[in-house]
Amino acid sequence: MIRLKVNGIERSFGGDPQMPLLWYLRDEMGLMGAKYGCGVGLCGACTVLQGGKAIRSCVITMSAAAGTDVTTIEGISAKGSHPVQEAWIRLNVPQCGYCQAGQIMQAIALLSSNRKPSDEDIDKAMMGNICRCGTYQRIRAAIKAAAEESA
Amino acid sequence: MSPMLNVSRRAFIRGMFSTGALVLCASMAPETLFAQGNGDVTGAAGPIFRPNLFVAIETDGTVRIVAHRSEMGTGIRTSLPIVLADELDADWKRVRIDQAIGDQRYGSQNTDGSHSIRSFFDTMRECGATARLMLLRAAAQQWNVRPQECEASLHAIVHRATGRKLGYGQLAAAASKLAVPDRSEIEFKPAKQWRYIGKWIQGYDIRDICAGKPIFGMDARVDGMLYASIERPPVLGGKVKSLDDKEALTVSGVRRTVPIPPFTPPCAFQPLGGVAVIADNTWAAFQGRQKLKIDWDDGPNADYDSGKYKAELRETSRKPGKPARIAGDVEAEFAKGGKIVEAEYYVPLLAHASMEPPVALADVRGDKVTVWAPTQNPQEVQEAIAGEMGIASENVTCYVTLLGGGFGRKSKPDYAVEAALLSKAAGRPVKLVWTREDDIRFGYYNSVAAMYMKAALGSSGLPTAWLQRSTFPPIASTFDENAVYGGAGALGQGWTDIPFNIANLRVENGPAKAHVRIGWLRSVANIYHAFGVQTFADELAHQAGRDPLDYMLDLIGPPRTIDLRDAGYGNYGASPEQYPLDTGRLRRVLEIAAEKSGWGKRKPGGGTGWGLAVHRSFVTYVATVVQVEVSDKGEIKIPRVDTAVDAGTIVNPQFVKAQFEGAAVFGTSVARTGEITASDGAVDQSNFHDYPVARMAEAPYETNVYIVESTAPPGGVGEPGVPPFVPALCNAVYAATGIRVRDLPLAKTNLARPAAKAA
Repeated sequence: MIRLKVNGIERSFGGDPQMPLLWYLRDEMGLMGAKYGCGVGLCGACTVLQGGKAIRSCVITMSAAAGTDVTTIEGISAKGSHPVQEAWIRLNVPQCGYCQAGQIMQAIALLSSNRKPSDEDIDKAMMGNICRCGTYQRIRAAIKAAAEESA
Repeated sequence: MSPMLNVSRRAFIRGMFSTGALVLCASMAPETLFAQGNGDVTGAAGPIFRPNLFVAIETDGTVRIVAHRSEMGTGIRTSLPIVLADELDADWKRVRIDQAIGDQRYGSQNTDGSHSIRSFFDTMRECGATARLMLLRAAAQQWNVRPQECEASLHAIVHRATGRKLGYGQLAAAASKLAVPDRSEIEFKPAKQWRYIGKWIQGYDIRDICAGKPIFGMDARVDGMLYASIERPPVLGGKVKSLDDKEALTVSGVRRTVPIPPFTPPCAFQPLGGVAVIADNTWAAFQGRQKLKIDWDDGPNADYDSGKYKAELRETSRKPGKPARIAGDVEAEFAKGGKIVEAEYYVPLLAHASMEPPVALADVRGDKVTVWAPTQNPQEVQEAIAGEMGIASENVTCYVTLLGGGFGRKSKPDYAVEAALLSKAAGRPVKLVWTREDDIRFGYYNSVAAMYMKAALGSSGLPTAWLQRSTFPPIASTFDENAVYGGAGALGQGWTDIPFNIANLRVENGPAKAHVRIGWLRSVANIYHAFGVQTFADELAHQAGRDPLDYMLDLIGPPRTIDLRDAGYGNYGASPEQYPLDTGRLRRVLEIAAEKSGWGKRKPGGGTGWGLAVHRSFVTYVATVVQVEVSDKGEIKIPRVDTAVDAGTIVNPQFVKAQFEGAAVFGTSVARTGEITASDGAVDQSNFHDYPVARMAEAPYETNVYIVESTAPPGGVGEPGVPPFVPALCNAVYAATGIRVRDLPLAKTNLARPAAKAA
């Protein structure tokens, strides 16, 4: 039996230990915020936090998630009011929105380790997160706005 | 559109709205259709409201508006209701949007071709204005005053003389008892009184999106559902020769396999065939699929090789083709000698790669099908499933989720048909998930195209004759496997409608047979046609020793309208009177983009260059200037893009800007790395490592969008930003490096400078 914490609550899982965390979150727990986009860690749509660090849940197996503390977009704020979410809303970042939960989680991880990221820092941190609608310009602005807000 | 109907009583009886709600129906079909089948449906989350094209005003003042077009990121689910709410003078904060199911009574729901606003702007206004007049009449009746003494004022009707006021909720019950006014009685607001149209309004779903709420097709769930994944024939038209599923069935969570029969040509929207694995969760379905042992009969396309095919397309383009538009006599002009310029261009197959791959959840019970899908075309989902299963399309209920991107892929419902077949086989609801690999390998690709261009330059350096031929396997091949020529639709996308002022002009199209499914992708044939025309124009400017901006303005010529009805030009289905091809508007966007970009003020060199292109598509005029930096090693950066847009009347500038910012990124992907190839009939690419799309640092750093103020009727905005971006980028690369890119993608051209190459 694999035990882990998801959004602060202890969970256990008795299925295939090779199942990626993404499918546990989505199919078993019904947490749909993390998205399937590529299945091989190339697009970032499935990004969640593990011990505060951004990870691709589509390539982290349940056995690798055992004993860790996982936070999904559903767990970062009660009403979608995290400063990064608010910045996203203020700057009208999303188009289709499918990748945005992953983008937001990646941005939260960046800002937790770097309170005032430069353009280069943002590029580097966000390079793994694809947005096919092309909202990058607004994502960059929203990260800066969120950084200002919490400065 | 047939007259507006007051269906308050019927809607109330069916329990759709509270007692006394005013409910109007702007049906695109006769009332008898409405009377027949509008029952409530029970779905995953209990009873689901199933509306028609309504505006409904509840007694508590809630205004409910139906969005009947699909939301894939353009903001249409917000924008059309905005138009209705504005005309109704409703308080936007009290508007609730209900997504329509697939239903032909709405007219076309195919959210495709950038025409939602163009086609439904007036319909929405009529709905809003009709409801407003009924509320006004209800108030006048209560106060016993003449309606002319009253006016709407933000969710209420006021009596001007006395200042008395009744809210829409208070008036709903009385209004619901009134006859619907005739169309001749309603008046639209003058544009200067618009409350929301033309203003920045936030997307209706933005909070749900940013909170990670389950709103996409990938998130659909119903009790007792199973999950499926399909191994499809790698080559179009292939079949299963033999199957060994023993090992697959031993995977924990796998329930069974289901063979899917091959399609009967033409492929259209039929499943491709193959073997499905049905399991208790998505992962088990994927794992089981990997253990299938299948021998394939690759069928008639087994020899398709995209490299050889490219050579064939080019060869065809060099030979005379089928004329699509002729002016003067190009051959006579070429025969005169003088300066002749020839060039060939090539754009490969492109895949949509929306972030949400195709996915659908279907629940088949007897001869009734319920499907939840991220679809651009729910009516086509109904038709395709009905056709495949031999039932009436009315027996298929299609709920439309939000789409995690569409770009044209999700107007083809093959994936929903697959889900329905699997639910029928399993006797349970089945969610079919396409992997990213499936999405890249089994697309409806934007056509590969080869173009041949030839011009004779006169003494002014401007062309006296211009010949252009494009050769591409047409979209029609998906619906008729013998189709080899481009239809009027594809040729009307930047080819027959070339807007240049040239006395001798010849536009041709050559034949090409398809070996993969050809479909439409954001801006479609405009992608390759604009690349050919706008790159060749830039080449001629340099040949003539002229500034590309001045040269382009001369090519376009004086402001005028061009009538191409004789050339079979369809004008995107828009009337040529209302939406003429206007070279004045084309010139204007070019001048604005050039001026805003600082065109000509900075000299190219040191690896930096500027390029421009201008193109009309989906009856919208767009000019784009791209600044590019090319490092010694040949790496590209795009510091800045300036785009001017004349899309006529704009509903929501916030969304319009977003669409053109996004188009620059989409265009970057097309230009830099977009290429699908095939060997032995099978697509070579599979995921984002070999079909890369632009990431943050590769995308334009800054895209500035300038919207031309216009009272012209609305044009499209979802697609028109893509076509000019691609040639503008390549023209900028030429300005920066002197290297002319004629074959896309750019990544195949080594842009390193000699010193760096040697090192």
